Amino acid sequence: MLTVGTIVLIGVVALWLHALRRPSAMVGPVEAKRITLLWLVGGGLLLPGFAIIALLAFGIPAGHRMLPLPPASGEAPLRIEVIGHQWWWEVHYPDTGVVLADELHLPAGQPVDVVVRSADVIHSFWIPRLAGKIDMVPGRSNLIRLQADEAGEYRGQCAEYCGVSHAFMVLRVVAHEPAAYAAWQQERGG
Amino acid sequence: MSGDARDWPLPRGGREGEGAGEGGGAGTGPADKAPQSSGGDPDPARLHEDFNAVWGNPRGWRAVTIVNHTAIGLRFMLTGLGFFLFGGLLAMLIRTQLALPGHTIMTPEVYAQVFTMHGTVMMFLFAVPMMEGLAVYLLPKMLGARDLVFPRLSALGYWCYLFGGLILCASLFLGIAPDAGWFMYTPLASATYTPGPNSDFWLIGVTFVEISAVSAGVELAVSILRARAPGMALDKMPLYAWYILTMAMMIVIGFPPLILGSILLELERAAGMPFFDPTRGGDPILWQHLFWLFGHPEVYIIFLPAAGIVSTLLPVFARRPVVGYAWVVVAVLTTGFISFGLWVHHMFAVGIPMLAQAFFSAASMLVAIPTAIQVFSWIATLWLGRPVFHLPMLWLTGFLVIFVAGGLTGVMLALVPFDWQVHDTHFVVAHMHYVLVGGMFFPLIAGLYYWLPHFSGRMASPALGRWGFWLVFGGFNLNFLVMHWTGLLGMPRRVNTYEAGLGWDLPNLISSIGGFVMAAGVVTVLADILLHFRFGRPAPDNPWQADTLEWATALPPNPYNFISLPRVEGRHPLWDQPGIGRELAAGRGGLAVIDHGRRETWGTDPASGEVREIIHLPGNTALPFLAALALAVVCIALLAKAYGVALAAAVVVAGLLLRWSWENGAHPAAAPDARTAPGDPPLHSRTADGPGLWGMALTLLADGALYLALLFGWFYLWTVGPTWEVPEGGGMAGRAGRLLLAAAVAHTLAQFAMQRCARRMAQGRGPKHGAAAFAAVAAGGALALGLVYAALRAAGLVVTATAHDAVIAVVLGYSLVHLGMATVVTLLQALRVRRGYVGLEAPYEPLVVARLWHYNGGVLWSSYAALVLFPPAWGGI
Repeated sequence: MLTVGTIVLIGVVALWLHALRRPSAMVGPVEAKRITLLWLVGGGLLLPGFAIIALLAFGIPAGHRMLPLPPASGEAPLRIEVIGHQWWWEVHYPDTGVVLADELHLPAGQPVDVVVRSADVIHSFWIPRLAGKIDMVPGRSNLIRLQADEAGEYRGQCAEYCGVSHAFMVLRVVAHEPAAYAAWQQERGG
Repeated sequence: MSGDARDWPLPRGGREGEGAGEGGGAGTGPADKAPQSSGGDPDPARLHEDFNAVWGNPRGWRAVTIVNHTAIGLRFMLTGLGFFLFGGLLAMLIRTQLALPGHTIMTPEVYAQVFTMHGTVMMFLFAVPMMEGLAVYLLPKMLGARDLVFPRLSALGYWCYLFGGLILCASLFLGIAPDAGWFMYTPLASATYTPGPNSDFWLIGVTFVEISAVSAGVELAVSILRARAPGMALDKMPLYAWYILTMAMMIVIGFPPLILGSILLELERAAGMPFFDPTRGGDPILWQHLFWLFGHPEVYIIFLPAAGIVSTLLPVFARRPVVGYAWVVVAVLTTGFISFGLWVHHMFAVGIPMLAQAFFSAASMLVAIPTAIQVFSWIATLWLGRPVFHLPMLWLTGFLVIFVAGGLTGVMLALVPFDWQVHDTHFVVAHMHYVLVGGMFFPLIAGLYYWLPHFSGRMASPALGRWGFWLVFGGFNLNFLVMHWTGLLGMPRRVNTYEAGLGWDLPNLISSIGGFVMAAGVVTVLADILLHFRFGRPAPDNPWQADTLEWATALPPNPYNFISLPRVEGRHPLWDQPGIGRELAAGRGGLAVIDHGRRETWGTDPASGEVREIIHLPGNTALPFLAALALAVVCIALLAKAYGVALAAAVVVAGLLLRWSWENGAHPAAAPDARTAPGDPPLHSRTADGPGLWGMALTLLADGALYLALLFGWFYLWTVGPTWEVPEGGGMAGRAGRLLLAAAVAHTLAQFAMQRCARRMAQGRGPKHGAAAFAAVAAGGALALGLVYAALRAAGLVVTATAHDAVIAVVLGYSLVHLGMATVVTLLQALRVRRGYVGLEAPYEPLVVARLWHYNGGVLWSSYAALVLFPPAWGGI
C-alpha cells in the first residue's frame, strides 16, 4: 500500500513538473480534446477507481478476518473483561474471579476475546502489537479479539483522549506460554 | 442595456466620504487610469466622486458602520491572520513540549488547553473565516457586481466572528480554556468530568462564530445565484464561483448539526438535560455523530475554496482556459455531495456494525475520484498551455506535492483494518496536516501573492518570497513526514509527554525542529508581504494577464468596484475584452447612474444570468455592529450563568434585528423613490422576486438541517441508544398530543391565510385591509404558539430525568421559538403596510415572510409525527 502510494505520488508530481517545464507544443483543438479526455478519464477516473477496488478487495476480507466471530469449531475463546477508568485499567477474569489493575495476562498462541467497557469517560483499548483499537464507551460493551503469537511483554495504552493523565494510562500486557499461563492462574487462586 | 453611453444629469459636488480607505495603499481613483472623457461620456473623475459619495467608507469610529464587501472581506482576512498566528504559536508550544521525552514545560492541564485551542482556533477561527473572507472580497468583483446582496449580513457575520473569537481566546489567558479536545467528546466534556466553564467557552464561543459562518454561507450562495453580470449564465461563471457556491451550500447544511450538538451539550451542562448521559437514557455516541456530521464536510469546506484558488490561478499561469471545465464543475459538486456520507470514518473504532463500516469505507475512498479529476485537469491544463513561472506557481506546486501525499494516506486510512491500527495516533495527525496545510494553506498563500496587487496596488519581491516558500515547505515535510513514522511506531495523539526508549524520541525531535523551520518560513512570508506595502513596485493593470473581472477594477479597488457594470459574453471576460476596465470606469456599462443616491447592482436570473431587476442595497449602518455586540453580551452572560442578563441582552438583539428589517422596502432609509432609468427594470423591492426570497430559502435550509439533526437524535436514541428508557405516564400520548395536533391545524389555517394575503398583494389585488389582514394572520400564529405551549405543559416532562423528556422539550421549544418569530415579523408586516413601506407597489416582503410560515407548518406536522405518531408505531408508549 505504501509502495503504491509512493509511486502514485512521485508519478503525479513528476507529471506536474514535466508539464510545467516542457516546451509548449502547439496542438490543434481536436488533439487537445483527445489529450484532455485521456488525462481526465485515465487519471481522474480509472486510476483512483482501480486503486479503490483493489484496496477494498483486500481490505474488506482482511477486516472480516479480524472480527470476533464465533469460531467454526472448538471451544469459545477465553474471555477477559476490561473496564476503563480515569486513568487506569480494571481487568476481570470472569472464569476465575481474578481482578487486576493495569496488568493483563493472557495465554500466547490462542485467540482471546476482550470485552471492554468504561466506568467514566470514553477510553480506547489498544495494544499496538496485538490488534487494532476499540473504544470503551460508557453505557456500551465492545468486543475485540486479540492473539499474541509469542510469549512476552507488550505495551498497551489508552488511545482516546480521556483527561489530563491520558498519557500515563498504560497497560502492561504479559503473554504466557499456555503452561505458564495455567501456572499463573493457579498462583492467582483461580 | 449595457455599453450604451447615456447622458445622465450629475449631482453637483460630492457629499462627505473618502476613497477606498482600507488596504494600506493610496486610494487610486479610476481617474488615474481611465482615458479622458470623449464625446458624450461623463468625466470619469467626476463619476468617481459621485459614486464615492454614495458608496464611500467613513473613517474613524464610524468605520464600524461599514458594510461594504471589500472592507468586510479584508477585515475577515486580517482577523483570520491574527488568529492564525495565535494558533501557530500554540503549535510551537506543543512541539516544544514534545521535542524531548519527559518534557514538562507545560502541566498536563495547560497542555490539554493548548492542544484543544490549537485545533479549535485553526479550524473555526482561521481556516473557515479566512476562506470566507477571501470569497466575500473577491466574488462580487469576479461576478461583475458592486457588492454582495446582503451587505449588513456580511457585517454582522464579521463582528460575530471577531467577538466570538476573542471570547474563545480570552479563556486561554484566564486559564479556563476548553480542554477536552477540539472534538469535545462527551462525557469528558460534560459537567461531571469538566465541571469548570472550560467546555462552555467552546460551546458558546464556537456557536457564536458559526453564526458568522452560516450567514456568510447564505450571503455568498445567494449572491452567486442572483447578482452576476448580465449574460453570465451558470456555464460562464468563473470556476471559483462554482467552488464557493458548493462551499457555501455545504456550510449551510453542514454547520447546523454542530450548532445543534453544541446547544444540546450546553443544555446538558447548564440545565442537566441528559442527551449524552448513558445513565439517564442518553448516548455519548450521539455527540460523535452530530460532531462528525459537521466535522467531515468541514474538511471539504476548507479544501474546496482552496482548490478554487488553484483552478483560478493555474489557467492564468498556463495561459489557457482550464481543461475540462464541465468535468471540474461536476467533480466539485460531487465532492460536496459525497462529503456528507463520510462522517462515520472518524468513528471506526467506536464499535459500529461491520456493514456500515464497509459502506463508509468505500464512500470515503470514492471521494478520491472527484479529487483526482481536478488534479489531472490541472496537470492537463499545464500540459496544453504555455506555462509561465511566478511565485504563486511555486506555492501551487508545493500544494500539489503535499496535498496528493495527504490524499493518498487518506485513502489508506479509509481502509478499516488499517484505521483500527493507526486511528488516534500521530499518523492521523500527520495525515490531517498534509491535507489541511497542503490543501488549504499552500493555495491560500499562492492566492495571497496573486491578489496582493489587489490589496495594495503593488507587487511583492520574488526573492524573499522564494525563501519563505522553501522554509515552509522544507520545515513542513521535516515535521510531518517524520510524524507518519512516529504514528506507525504507536505513539498516540494528545499525549502531553512520553517515556524515553519507546523509539519515539528521535522522530519527535526532528518533527519539532521541522516545526520551527516552518514557523521561520511563515515569518519570512509575513515580512515579505509587510515590506511590499512599502517597497513593492506599483502594479500595472491586470498584472498577471488574468481572465476574471476582479482585475477590471482599480488597484486597489474602490468600494463600488465598477462605475458601470459589465455585460459578459464568455468565460474569460478580460481575455475577450482586455480594455473592459477602462470602458467601465468611463461609465459605458450598465447602471452608471448615482444621482438617486442608492447603492445598486443587477439582480440576474440564477441560470441564464439575464437581468431581472435592480437590487438596491442598504448603506452604512451601525446596526450589525450593535447586534453583534449585544450577542456578545448574551454569550458572556451565559458563560457567567447570569441568565437574567442574557435574556435582557437577547431582547435587545431581537430589537436591533427588527429595526434592521424595518429599514427595507419603501422605508426612507432604503428606497422611498422607486423610479428607475427608462429601459431599466424595477427595483427588487417593487417586484415579487428579490434576493431575499433566496436568502430566506437558504436560511430555512440551514434551519431545517438543524431541525433534521434534532429529529435524527430522537430517532437515533429510540433505535440504537443503549440505555434509552421511556418514562411511565406523561409524554406526548393523550392530551399533550391532541394539543399539538390542534396547534398544527390552527397553524395550517393561518399559514394559508398568510400565503393568500402575500400572493394577492403581489398580484396587485389587495388584500383590502392589508394591515388588518396581516394582524389577523399573526393572531393565528399566536394561537398556535399558545397551543404548543399548552402541549408542553400537558406533557408533564421531567427534563433532567430522562433523555426522552429532554428531547421532547427541545423539539417543542424549537417550535415555540419559530412560531414566536413568525408571529412577530408578521405583526411587523401589518405595521409596515400601515406606514406604506409595504403595499401594492412594494409587495415583496410578505412573500419572504410567507416562506417562514410554510417552514413552520412543516416543522409542526413533522414534530407531531415524530413525537406522537412514531412512538406507538415503534412499540413504545
